[in-house]
Amino acid sequence: MTARDAILAKIRRSLKVGGADDGDRRAAVAERLRVHAPGLVPARGHLPARARVDLFVTMAEAVSSTVTRVASADAVPAAIADYLRSHNLPQAIRRGADPRLAALPFADQPQLTVEVGASRGGDPVGLSHALAGVAESGTVVLTSGADNPTTLNFLPEHHLVVVRASEVVADYETVWTQVRGTWGEGQMPRNVNLITGPSRSGDIEQTILLGAHGPRSLHLIVVDDLEPTDS
Amino acid sequence: MKITSPSFSDNAHAALGDANLQKALLNVEKGFIGKRLKAAAALPEFEALRDEGRDLKNHVLAHLDLYLEAFERKVVASGGQVHWAETPADARAIIADICRRLGAKTVTKGKSMISEEIELNEHLEAIGMRPVETDLGEYIIQLRGEHPSHIIAPAVHLTKEQVAADFRRVHTHLDPARDLGEAVTMLGEARTVLREQFLVADVGITGANFLVAETGSTVIVTNEGNGDLTQTLPRAHIVLATPEKVVPTLEDVDTLMRLLARSATGQEMSVYTTFSTGPRRTGDPDGPEEFHVVLLDNGRSAMLGTEFEEMLRCIRCGACINHCPVYHAIGGHAYGWVYPGPMGSVLTPTLVGVDKAGHLPNASTFCGRCEAICPMRIPLPRMMRAWRTREFDRALNPATQRAGLAVWAFFAKRPRLYRWVNRIAATVLTRFAGKRGRIARLPLAGGWTSVRDMPAPQGGTFQDQWKARRRAAAATDSETRR
Ligand code: SF4
Repeated sequence: MTARDAILAKIRRSLKVGGADDGDRRAAVAERLRVHAPGLVPARGHLPARARVDLFVTMAEAVSSTVTRVASADAVPAAIADYLRSHNLPQAIRRGADPRLAALPFADQPQLTVEVGASRGGDPVGLSHALAGVAESGTVVLTSGADNPTTLNFLPEHHLVVVRASEVVADYETVWTQVRGTWGEGQMPRNVNLITGPSRSGDIEQTILLGAHGPRSLHLIVVDDLEPTDS
Repeated sequence: MKITSPSFSDNAHAALGDANLQKALLNVEKGFIGKRLKAAAALPEFEALRDEGRDLKNHVLAHLDLYLEAFERKVVASGGQVHWAETPADARAIIADICRRLGAKTVTKGKSMISEEIELNEHLEAIGMRPVETDLGEYIIQLRGEHPSHIIAPAVHLTKEQVAADFRRVHTHLDPARDLGEAVTMLGEARTVLREQFLVADVGITGANFLVAETGSTVIVTNEGNGDLTQTLPRAHIVLATPEKVVPTLEDVDTLMRLLARSATGQEMSVYTTFSTGPRRTGDPDGPEEFHVVLLDNGRSAMLGTEFEEMLRCIRCGACINHCPVYHAIGGHAYGWVYPGPMGSVLTPTLVGVDKAGHLPNASTFCGRCEAICPMRIPLPRMMRAWRTREFDRALNPATQRAGLAVWAFFAKRPRLYRWVNRIAATVLTRFAGKRGRIARLPLAGGWTSVRDMPAPQGGTFQDQWKARRRAAAATDSETRR
């Protein structure tokens, strides 16, 4: 008997199952996986669009993320240049191939060097585009791939993330609907990263300090692309 | 890890006399309790979520075989592999084979209690590999050749002066005169030292907080980002997990995620919640080329269908440990194995045997705080009591204790005699105590009175007082009715 069969057999023996009831059990499991119904979802994030973005920003700042709000995507390169200047950083960033990042008018900031591709550890600043922001906890959602390589989320000391206001959702449940829509039912990219603030550790005397192994700062650039009619 | 649970009493004694430990342990209450309370209060749905979490895990446990099969199918479909291991030796052999095949030299590790359970580091070293713990707390522990004293705060038993001394001892390539007075300097130093290890590692091993049957994903929840660097940079990512970590869907992870960080550290969300599914995809510029999940049973399946089944709901938040007065007094090492505190007192006898770990379920005041705060509503005190019963049934507790219980049982079964003897004892003790009302020494109870006074009984026996109050209550009751 393989270890797999042995473990499964032990489980069935302990549960006293595997006989006539098996059809029902299988049906229950298949149904739960197919329906993937949300459980109890906190009311907190369920707000009109503008209030939802405000909550997202408040929650993000509460976990030591910093936030800049810009009126349009065109203003993002200038916001990046400002951030680098105010932190005494060289005017250089690395980003993924995400078309939404590629379309930004970086030419407006000729002093800014923009490299593309995964990080190998030498980049002080990474730039990513979020799939979504989650208002409930000020979390950004990033998905792996050439568009937004995972190494950019963790190796640079400063991680800049562009979030569209129209993509700030109430809760994680809404994110999963979006992920299923993009990758298919039951499918995921290699990584989905839910990131809530810059890296930290409390391992020395339980004092929380920012900047453990991941970025020391997480800076969100929120692009206001809501319709003027959105409340 | 070598089991020292049988010498629990000596361990606890030593812990109580350890000044560094006692100083460090003050950080447990300071660091966790108030924060959890605040986080729980800030979410109106928190109590209802605890019910949901409990029901969700009960459903999973009742269908565990099927969810594991579904999980495996999805891992394979996304290009990964699932390896099943019945024993620690099996799990070690599987991991060693993968590492050997890849010619691994450096193996980075995210935090994993299962890895402690199977003594993975010792075995990797024995086959010539270099395991590097990358969680700051685990790293400190590894430098000291110790084991974690807490499941989410492995180095909570140390003061920052002790950590500074270790860094000075091991990081000999750095200026010996550097200032390590502040924790933030040490954090920076560890970051630099470990960054080099991340970049040269051949294999990365992490644990898993959850396994998702719907997608074949494994989920880690961390604050430092070390787990992500561990699993993203090397050629292979090995996940070491136990079967009960599986949940049906992504939505089910949401429910448990909302409970986990709040209960553990009082955060709304941990910084990094990472879902990993299979190896890197065609066209991905980073990520591991291989993805392996090692599913270790090590006695879990035998807990199903027993009075300890509910322990398998545990999400390892550590809240029961943080709120335990016994843990506050003696720390984690005294428990003598991987899991300390209330959850350890239930789990350790299951996994290593009640003959070795029988002391642990006895080291409880039954104050009930653990059950009151456990996000998964695990009846920890009830299960500790169940261990005590089993220990008694198997005659594993000391003869004096058994004799004492036998005497008590004799009287308890004879209520008249019990009352009579009790009354006499109360009178004698009160005399004995004199005006101070305290008894400094008692025959047959030296273990108790050597370190504290016994207060003298006041105002008759409990049963007499009870009767008197009932009479008084009945009298007022009939008066008000009139
Ligand atoms: S028993 Fe409950 S409180 Fe303790 S670690 Fe497990 S889930 Fe947390």
